[in-house]
Amino acid sequence: MVKINQNYKIKMEKITKSFGDFLALDDVTFNLDHGEVHALLGENGAGKSSLMNVLSGIYAPDHGAISIDGKVVKINGPSDARFLGIGMVHQHFRLVKSFNALDNIALTINQTSYYSEKDNLRHKILKKMDEIGFDLDLDSPVGLLSVAEQQRVEILKVLIAGASIIILDEPTAVLTDEESKGLFKIIRFLASSGTSVVLVTHKLKEAKEFSDKISVLRNGKLVDTIIPGKLDDEALIKLIVGEVFAEKPQLSKNFGEEKIVISDLNLHRSNHAIGLTDINFKIREGEIYGIAGVGGNGQAELSTVLMGLTKLNSGSIKLAGYGDITKFRTDQRRKCGLVFIPADRQKYALAGELSVADNYAVAAILRGDLGSWMGVKKLGKQLSTVEAIEEFDIYGVQRLNQNAALLSGGNAQKLVIAREFSSKPSVVIAHSPSRGLDIKAAAFVHRQLLAARDAGAAVLLLSEDLDEIMLLSDTIGVINRGRITAEFASPADRQIIGKAMVN
Amino acid sequence: MDFLIFWLSNVPGFATPFALGVLGMIICERSGVLNLGAEGFVLVGAMSGAGVLISVGDLPLFALVIAGLSGSLFGLLFGFLVTILRVNQVIAGLIMVFLAQGLTSLLSRNMDWVNKPFEGLSKLNTGIFSEIPIIGPIIFQQDLLVYCTLLFYLVAFYFIYRTSIGLRLRAVGENPEAVDAAGGDVILLRLLAVIIGTFFLGLAGGYFTVVVSKIWVDGISGGRGWIIIALVIFARWQLSRALLGAVIFGCIEALIPRLAAIGFQLPQYFVLMMPYAITLLVMVWSNLNPKNITAAPSSLGRPFLREERN
Repeated sequence: MVKINQNYKIKMEKITKSFGDFLALDDVTFNLDHGEVHALLGENGAGKSSLMNVLSGIYAPDHGAISIDGKVVKINGPSDARFLGIGMVHQHFRLVKSFNALDNIALTINQTSYYSEKDNLRHKILKKMDEIGFDLDLDSPVGLLSVAEQQRVEILKVLIAGASIIILDEPTAVLTDEESKGLFKIIRFLASSGTSVVLVTHKLKEAKEFSDKISVLRNGKLVDTIIPGKLDDEALIKLIVGEVFAEKPQLSKNFGEEKIVISDLNLHRSNHAIGLTDINFKIREGEIYGIAGVGGNGQAELSTVLMGLTKLNSGSIKLAGYGDITKFRTDQRRKCGLVFIPADRQKYALAGELSVADNYAVAAILRGDLGSWMGVKKLGKQLSTVEAIEEFDIYGVQRLNQNAALLSGGNAQKLVIAREFSSKPSVVIAHSPSRGLDIKAAAFVHRQLLAARDAGAAVLLLSEDLDEIMLLSDTIGVINRGRITAEFASPADRQIIGKAMVN
Repeated sequence: MDFLIFWLSNVPGFATPFALGVLGMIICERSGVLNLGAEGFVLVGAMSGAGVLISVGDLPLFALVIAGLSGSLFGLLFGFLVTILRVNQVIAGLIMVFLAQGLTSLLSRNMDWVNKPFEGLSKLNTGIFSEIPIIGPIIFQQDLLVYCTLLFYLVAFYFIYRTSIGLRLRAVGENPEAVDAAGGDVILLRLLAVIIGTFFLGLAGGYFTVVVSKIWVDGISGGRGWIIIALVIFARWQLSRALLGAVIFGCIEALIPRLAAIGFQLPQYFVLMMPYAITLLVMVWSNLNPKNITAAPSSLGRPFLREERN
């Protein structure tokens, strides 16, 4: 355990918070020191965000006390928290996209007059940026800035508001390795100038590398607070998930024929947005072709073009056994054995307001497995859904007619995969299939992709998570500004791939 | 030449209610509240204005203020429905229209306000200025509200783009979560925007009876509330374009009686159809430009609820 320090910046004592029957935080005591970077580590749903939402005034705790600088405080809302110097950078940015950075920052500080103070504020922001080494365009709409730049706006928001405690919720979820390094340099600088930083993350590596202390949460309880380096990875993972768990790469043993051949794909988009330029690659049966790249470099375009959701300007897609499928509609491509796991499952893969059973069975209904268009066999629909729920280990389904939107991220993704894999696919297109999932759920997704591959499917895996690409792919292509700029056979060197991603 | 001067001198009178209405709609919708009830608020304002003139006495300016305030009162109900109860904004807006149609004809019949002509608001006496050739009749032979409307636009422009409340108003229609995180009260902001916005819609209605027709009959606005909604889209929720759109429609509406006056015979129903046909054309033309579709406040029509569970 860490040495006792009476002068903590923040003491959260015996915090309990429940939602209905669900105990999100169970008697959690968390202390934050002056000028330290304190990582809060745990799986999705472990209570990290809940704890920080209590601190930032979004949730009111059922029990427990919070004191800042030794004084007990009451935090009744986000404005109270701000007044006490607590600033939170949410995982989903709270920015007004059509405003520029300056206006977004102006919004958060209580000025009496906006327009006459504008120059003053600009001066203040520029000074702060200079101090911490930020580079940012204050005048373009933030919607046009990169994600990393938008994050800087969020950080500036809390700094200009005078925060002495900064909470960063999964700050690297949307950043590249390079950008993350830059972020941590700034976090380190802020800590050295006395700001206390809470780093909420589920990434073990960054917690170990960049924090002074790590507190691990599991099932709403604070399991332990440790100093990084004192425990090895395996012990730390055991703290997080309660069991030892590590994934190892498993390369494919038998490649078959070339399954899908993509030649000279071109997609032009207006306003200089990144499209696709001269994309060429092929995937064999029993192969996972991983496409690595920073988000927004054409991954979404490539996946939707292959599924026939976006029209191509030129190029061809050939599928073994079917010939040229370039002109096929999406439903025709699905009949050829293509399945799709889109990046945004709530938006594109599930109809949240429809039931779990409807969401699962829609594929079978469209295939005609559950009766004709005149009538769907209700019993068959329910039975097949129950089977899938068991086979794919989907938790949180109380009733079959419960809305799919009520499933947690991991279980929603399991439902999507169960549906897409219900037809023995021959080509799987998966875009960031484990985004936002915890270790266990991600491992489940990975196992499913590997199983599909071993059953002879050609799998295209587009992911912004290089670890995931390295772990699963048999061949790795790098996408950069809409082009495949490099291709490697696994195992490949992480550094070289990383470089190809950003050059 | 006389035709042109005559025509143009009528334009401000026709453009003003549109300008007032669109101003109200922009204030309301910039906060993220979709207001399809415009026709209803206009009707309520129109009847209240007439009612004051008939039952209270010849006080046209007071009647206009009451028209605006009754719009706000009705808007308070709408605001309560959509912000606090989070009723679907499309349905709530349509309900306001039907409610207003029924309520105004019931009330005006009971109070015996129907078909009773009154004095109303007359043109402002600007003395020597109105004698100036060409400019005189076009600019200086108008009623007080025409000038006030320009003033309202200036104030609204200052308010929306230069003050911190205006900044919050714009932000709350784009991303209410950002305002919430910044410690602003989303519900209160939206409620205020609805109340102020419906004041101007009521005022536009008051203008129809107190200044233009000088009489109340059922459904006097004749669907102009819907034209106002179309104009908001044309205006891309921006004040300068709103004023332009109002003037264009003023020109069209003013042209029709002028054409008839010089003996240009158009079928009556064709004339009555014109504003709507043109509205349709404006909508089609507006939406041909993708810019206009994306110009709407991002959270327009989306009720705000602080997420309790992520």
